[in-house]
Amino acid sequence: MTCEELLRLINEMVDGELDLTVAECRQFAEHLAQCNPCQVVVDNIRKTIQLYRAGEPFPLPEPLQRRLLEALRRRWQERFGSITVGQADN
Amino acid sequence: MDEQDVRSLPTAQPAASEDHLEPLLARARTGDFDAFQQIVLRLQPRIYTFARRLAGNDTDAEDVTQQTFLALVEHLNQYRGEAPLLSWLLRIAANEVHRLWRQRRRQRESNPPDDDDSAAPLARPEFIAPWRDDPEQLALQQESRTLIEQALAELPEKYRAAFVLRDIEGFSTEQTAEILGISVPNVKVRLLRARLMLRERLTRYFGDPERRVVPDHDHG
Repeated sequence: MTCEELLRLINEMVDGELDLTVAECRQFAEHLAQCNPCQVVVDNIRKTIQLYRAGEPFPLPEPLQRRLLEALRRRWQERFGSITVGQADN
Repeated sequence: MDEQDVRSLPTAQPAASEDHLEPLLARARTGDFDAFQQIVLRLQPRIYTFARRLAGNDTDAEDVTQQTFLALVEHLNQYRGEAPLLSWLLRIAANEVHRLWRQRRRQRESNPPDDDDSAAPLARPEFIAPWRDDPEQLALQQESRTLIEQALAELPEKYRAAFVLRDIEGFSTEQTAEILGISVPNVKVRLLRARLMLRERLTRYFGDPERRVVPDHDHG
């Protein structure tokens, strides 16, 4: 197996969906065990995904939040006719 | 988004951070705007962040966020909780972003989308090095965060969409294909290209140059 061939299987490996024959699996494992660059590339990709998953959500800009709630209030009145105030404390 | 669009959305999978919304939803369905507002305030950071990452810019993200919650007003009584609300809204937001892209593509008729990604060769990894810090640490640093989001925003939109839906939001490959209107194999190819492009870019920022690995054979 070449590095290019291994690269094309990285998705399946990172996602845990590797569906190979026993022989292909052995070739994959052998290549990875002997090829430090491929090991690092696989690790980099895993960390890239973790990085984006670890990020906190962006706060909504305050002017957008005001505009959003105003637009929702207008649409609500159009749809339901009035604004009913309850006890939304959750 | 019309009623048919919403009903045709694929089945959603569970998503996090929407605990205990059901009582608020029940009150909102009776016309209680305060309850509805509480739902919006709770979910808007996730929807806005998703829209910003998928759309790649603030203006579209704002528009998509607003359209998504307006769709919730329109379809509040149709949503019956078969899928988690956040996941349901993420799909609406994804459809909105996709609609914007289709609209712009039609305006640029001379530049049709390239939908087949399978033939082109993969970009060969150039800068290969272990990262200096853990992803969790990097994600907390403001300077890193700017670089991370910039790298994503600069990906071609078709690759960015596959990465955001599949890798960040956790939709399955099949669900991602359904949302984007492309085949499963094409999702996989786009995802691979997105991962490789982001890896290359981020490793240049976060990789340790002193531990850079230079292949002693033809790597690629």
